[in-house]
Amino acid sequence: MKIAESWLREWVDPDLKTDELGHQLTMLGHEVDGIELEGVGIADVVIAEVVECGKHPDADKLSVCKVSDGGAELIDIVCGAPNVRQGMKTPLAKPGVKLPNGMKLRKAKIRGVVSNGMLCSAIELGLGDESDGIMDLPAAAEVGTPLVDFLNLPDAVIDLDLTPNRGDCFSVLGIARDVSALTGAALQSAAVPAVEATIKDTQAVELIEPAGCPRFAGRVIRGIDPTAKSPVWMVERLRRAGLRGISPVVDITNYVMLELGQPLHAYDAALLQGPIRPRLARTGEKVTLLDEKEIELRGDTLIITDDNGPIGIAGIMGGLSTAVSDRTTDVFFEAAFWPPDFMAGRARNYGMHTDASLRFERGVDPEGQGRAIERATQLLLDISGGDAGPLSVESSPEHLPKREAIVLRKSRLAHLLGLEIDDAEVTRILESLQLDVRIANEGWTVIAPSHRFDIEYEVDLIEEVARIHGYDSIPETTLSAQSALETVTESRIEIERAAATLIGRDYQEVVTYSFIDPEANKKFTGTDSELVLSNPISSELSVMRASLWPGLVAAASANLARQQDRVRLFEASRSYHGSLAAPEEVARLAGLATGPVAAEQWGKKSESIDFFDIKCDVEALLSLVGDISNFRFVATEHPALQPGQAAEILRGDEVIGVVGKLHPRLAKEYDLKKAAYVFELDAAKALASAAPSAKPVSRFPAIRRDIAVIIDDKVSSAELVDAVAEASPELIRDVRIFDIYKGERIEAGRKSVAIGLILQETSRTLTDDDADTAMAAAIAKLEDKFAAELRD
Amino acid sequence: MTSLSDLISKAASDIDAADDLAALDAVRVAFLGKKGEITARLKTLGQLPPEERSAAGQEINKAKQDVQAALNARRDALEAEAMEAKLAADAIDVTLPGRGISIGGYHPVTRAMLRIEKIFRNAGFGVRAGPEIEDDFHNFTALNIPDNHPARAMHDTFYFPGGNLLRTHTSPVQIRSIVKEGVPIKIIAPGRVYRCDSDQTHTPMFHQVEGLVIDEHISFAHLKAVLHQFVEAFFERKAELRFRPSYFPFTEPSAEVDVSWGEGKWLEILGCGMVHPNVLDAAGVDSEKYTGYAFGIGIERLAMLRYGVTDLRTFFENDLRFLQQFR
Repeated sequence: MKIAESWLREWVDPDLKTDELGHQLTMLGHEVDGIELEGVGIADVVIAEVVECGKHPDADKLSVCKVSDGGAELIDIVCGAPNVRQGMKTPLAKPGVKLPNGMKLRKAKIRGVVSNGMLCSAIELGLGDESDGIMDLPAAAEVGTPLVDFLNLPDAVIDLDLTPNRGDCFSVLGIARDVSALTGAALQSAAVPAVEATIKDTQAVELIEPAGCPRFAGRVIRGIDPTAKSPVWMVERLRRAGLRGISPVVDITNYVMLELGQPLHAYDAALLQGPIRPRLARTGEKVTLLDEKEIELRGDTLIITDDNGPIGIAGIMGGLSTAVSDRTTDVFFEAAFWPPDFMAGRARNYGMHTDASLRFERGVDPEGQGRAIERATQLLLDISGGDAGPLSVESSPEHLPKREAIVLRKSRLAHLLGLEIDDAEVTRILESLQLDVRIANEGWTVIAPSHRFDIEYEVDLIEEVARIHGYDSIPETTLSAQSALETVTESRIEIERAAATLIGRDYQEVVTYSFIDPEANKKFTGTDSELVLSNPISSELSVMRASLWPGLVAAASANLARQQDRVRLFEASRSYHGSLAAPEEVARLAGLATGPVAAEQWGKKSESIDFFDIKCDVEALLSLVGDISNFRFVATEHPALQPGQAAEILRGDEVIGVVGKLHPRLAKEYDLKKAAYVFELDAAKALASAAPSAKPVSRFPAIRRDIAVIIDDKVSSAELVDAVAEASPELIRDVRIFDIYKGERIEAGRKSVAIGLILQETSRTLTDDDADTAMAAAIAKLEDKFAAELRD
Repeated sequence: MTSLSDLISKAASDIDAADDLAALDAVRVAFLGKKGEITARLKTLGQLPPEERSAAGQEINKAKQDVQAALNARRDALEAEAMEAKLAADAIDVTLPGRGISIGGYHPVTRAMLRIEKIFRNAGFGVRAGPEIEDDFHNFTALNIPDNHPARAMHDTFYFPGGNLLRTHTSPVQIRSIVKEGVPIKIIAPGRVYRCDSDQTHTPMFHQVEGLVIDEHISFAHLKAVLHQFVEAFFERKAELRFRPSYFPFTEPSAEVDVSWGEGKWLEILGCGMVHPNVLDAAGVDSEKYTGYAFGIGIERLAMLRYGVTDLRTFFENDLRFLQQFR
């Protein structure tokens, strides 16, 4: 909300400079987003009258004017504004004057015609950011007067970021009340003198939906002058608050709303038919609003009706059919109390957001309707004349909010704040906020005024006391109590350690969005996800990812496009599965590598990464859990992976991850120039661990024996190693494959595999006989199981 | 026959002249070998009269030792030379880069998050997590944000059909943790949060750390102390904090906290307050007996300040040239 400092000071005038006032507002909880100074540095700009105005001989868009600044001689001015005209009152900057935008005026010839100054627009004078040419001042503006005097400048526009609980502060009055409470400066009375009725006319109002409209104040004013203009001071205050002047009736409703916080609506009384009846809309009913848009109404929306049907949406926007116009002579003002429960979210449902809806949603003072009508009536009579009927206020007291007494305990106040505040100070603070305070046994009994509907609980009072007393005054106290110690578990490897392992292997962590393109999600997982957002930022960010790969591949692609030839990325975050009703989140650790194994290097031939490079990285991760023997890699098929280069990772019988080569089709789609390899683990299942249990280390030497066998190409290395290890489990400590050969001298469909056996006992030194026996057992096993031929 | 002294000088000059180990060995053989000239002299001792043998023997032995010593010295010198030559030949350009792979790094948001976790763990806070796909109850209602509350409009919530949503803050973890663990409780909960907002200063996904402490005597003064200490620990410097009254439905009193950033500048870094009794009641905690504080910190915000990042969006562009600055 923007308010002019001068307007605020009319209500409360503390002995504070503008920036100090801003600071105090911020420290009250009304954060100042900015303070804009207006009318500074334009003291020499005066009001002038355009006496003559003709076309420039050599330029279509320029006018040649003679203007009067009240001096003896007329001044020649060349003006480029489209709206300049004879008789116009407008600001004049003469040579020597420097404008806020830095422009310094001097005598000039414009296209051969002398110009002794400039007629100014609002923007050029630093007065707002809207203009349709030079300022068109009222005819009553006195020629020669400094503009700043006429407009009551300089002034500061204070932009406040109000919190949603303080609906009462959406007005000059509301802010003034808080400033007064904090500073002790006197607050101008909010009481508005009643305007006497000079006619008897009224507009009937029937509260047929009293819960939704427990109070409706109204007043008929007849015979206003439709040609009257809003006074400069009012238009200026509205402008500084960010509103444009339109007509006296509309400007007055806005002005009173800004001043007192109560939104008003003005009807052309002549266009109303029968009694006004606020009620809930019937679904599908239609109304055309002031902005000429037709709205189809929802059943949860309060509307205003007369005998012709809906004539406006309550608290949001009035209807077109009964709107005031430049021919309106009879006005009916409405000031109603629409309870927040009936307003919240309604405007948004229609894609609307108005100054009125904002205030009603957050709550207005349920006692403020009559006062607002009185204020608006007086202003209208002053500006446009006319005769006022009596103020009528329809109420349903049982539906109006009640104020309950709240007990504030001294002990609770001290306990919650960690600060003892003097009783008298507490009383003073509460009273300064216009609360009704009684000293009670344990502390105070307090009734909040009608505008402080946010005060409901004891803690609300504690906050009020703290707020006015100052959060700064609360000390800092370190909690000295001992905290219970938490178990540091070894039942899983911490994700940071797994991440650090990948980092040590040259992987860079990335963070990609949890929501992705549904197409990509399907391409990488083979299925559609149910978890689609109702209101995504865009369709590319609309489904919860079931895999981290789409994000990694996209990130890799973007980096390759930025001339990185070697990319190794990982992400440790969640994937999302299951149904809308029962979503599941799985912690993942996923990685991608593409390009050479190592960065380009003088001492090593560049090699492209392959399956076994990334498999090694995965094995390193799995090794963190200690015993890796329970993990198996099994060839698999996967929608995102190249057939024949994809493996499921099993732990026991459970799949805990996948690793493989990204399908070339996807690589092409994402512009990956080189093969990319990816892995994805279920972090919880892959990293479940246990405290290591130490076994004795053998003190006796190990023996190595190598054999080479020729077997069917389909026999996997894992099967081969398992078979050898099983042959003499008590002696064989390790089995490693150190060569695989296919081709010349080996039958097609078969391969030669060289296997190294490491034999060792923990209790004795092995003999050659032991080794021979173990070898024989291994060979027998291979012959038996795979029809292996021993190779010499 | 040449005199012994001439023989010694000849040996000396031959040794000097030997410029490698093979030549030196040839000299050794020529003088001290089985058929060497000095060895031959020893064999002639028997022909001398017995009274001369001892003196002559001593003289020849002395000559033999001298030649041997000269040979040794020369060999050492030649070996040292050879070693030097070999080492010189083995010299490498040590400024060439090392061989093999380098290291990657943490994302700056993770880096900041791990730092924050460490600081709070050191003070006895447990670390908790909660679901990102939340229900309305935990994200709003239990946090004293009933249906149609104006604060809901400010949250720009992503919804799923059926009413679930992406959590807009880490605060639902407060509720889940209290219900699961009871009180007293002292935890932080870092994680991803989501708001339907995307522009220069907002990304639809970002990270927060929630903090929650509930016990019998927790006050606003404790909250002020812990946050002040946290900020100084995180930035590794003295810092002034400014607590401004603000509004969050789930805390009362509530505050926003600014940190002094030089030249009279204050930067907002977090929101906090005393847990609202309605929140405690909804979680089944006796709000008369227990009080608590809670805070929510935007991790990107802190990471930006700490590491001098000026554009929030760069965190999610995953440009390696950006990320590799953090390790």
